[in-house]
Amino acid sequence: MTRKRKRLWLLLGSLGAFAVAVGLVLVALNDSLVFFYSPTEIAAKPPPAEKSLRIGGLVAPGSVVKSADGLTTTFDVTDTSHTLKVSYRGQLPDLFREGQGIVALGTLRADGVFAAREVLAKHDENYMPPEVADALKKAGRWKEGEPVPGNTK
Amino acid sequence: MAMPSIHFLANPARFQRFSARILPWLGALTALLWASGLYMALLVAPPDYQQGETVRIMFVHVPAAWWSMAAYALLAGLGAALLVWRHPLAALMARAVAPVGAAYALVCLVSGSFWGRPMWGTWWVWDARLTSMLLLFFLYLGHIALSRAFDDSERGDRAAAVLALVGVVNLPVIKFSVDWWNTLHQPASVMKLDGPAIHPSILTPLLVMAAAYLALLVFLVLLRTETEIGRRRLETAALTGR
Repeated sequence: MTRKRKRLWLLLGSLGAFAVAVGLVLVALNDSLVFFYSPTEIAAKPPPAEKSLRIGGLVAPGSVVKSADGLTTTFDVTDTSHTLKVSYRGQLPDLFREGQGIVALGTLRADGVFAAREVLAKHDENYMPPEVADALKKAGRWKEGEPVPGNTK
Repeated sequence: MAMPSIHFLANPARFQRFSARILPWLGALTALLWASGLYMALLVAPPDYQQGETVRIMFVHVPAAWWSMAAYALLAGLGAALLVWRHPLAALMARAVAPVGAAYALVCLVSGSFWGRPMWGTWWVWDARLTSMLLLFFLYLGHIALSRAFDDSERGDRAAAVLALVGVVNLPVIKFSVDWWNTLHQPASVMKLDGPAIHPSILTPLLVMAAAYLALLVFLVLLRTETEIGRRRLETAALTGR
């Protein structure tokens, strides 16, 4: 084995070992690397009261209710299998609307309502001009929040 | 010799002849691509159905992210070429690549922040994608600092090469962070298996901008490598007193 060959194997071996180590650490830290929990995860493993966490999902259509003073908004966040009621007092981001993905930071109250103190809109990976979006919706081939069928190519 | 082709431009004089010949052409091509790319991105491309005009930030943001990651892969490859094959140009080219890659990463972070404020409602969040991209920027800064941290520049080159190779595990983490974990950042739109989720009228300017960023990266790296060759010659001349 030449010197160069030996150095190459040493390098590949140590890089491989390092990559495995990093991979294991990331798997172990999985819970803290997740930016938000889905309503299903909250239902399966309810967090301790007063613990600050983020939840994410789609705003359920027809669930958005503004309070009389116009400051507090309640809405349902759903991942289609579970739904979580969210109450938020403050200004909502521009992209907030029914069917939109959002991420909320707050605490789960004893009555099962998620008290949010920050709501962020989550943008999806679809990019298209408004006319195309309208045409797709009109043709019934696509709804907001869903992957676009392979016709944007 | 595991890879004979890697030695094609190993000779600095040969490299300089090669780069001197293509640099003017490459410079013209870069200028042309940037002019047409920016024109298409800022004036021709339609607004997005959700983001409106804010979508134009994406044309600056996404190619910067792509090529800052590709430049890091190149940096790691140069690190391996230095440590394994003692390639004479690898260290000089690594010094040329690192600041350009750092600049690209910074453009990506800052433009993303400007996009996040109106779209998400926040300048910054510590989700896996944003954090791993910030780490990439810091790896570049670490490489720049480490390569200049020793009086003996060859020791600096070797230390920086090790850092570049260690940091390479961050690249798949950046790319797949949006799939492995829940993140605020949206998943991939262009580089995904089932084809891009971007309408051609928005995808085309994006690809032209990507070509423009690539041309600028290659141009700057060749130019800076030439400078590094000259600088190393001067250092040697000063040391030997000739």
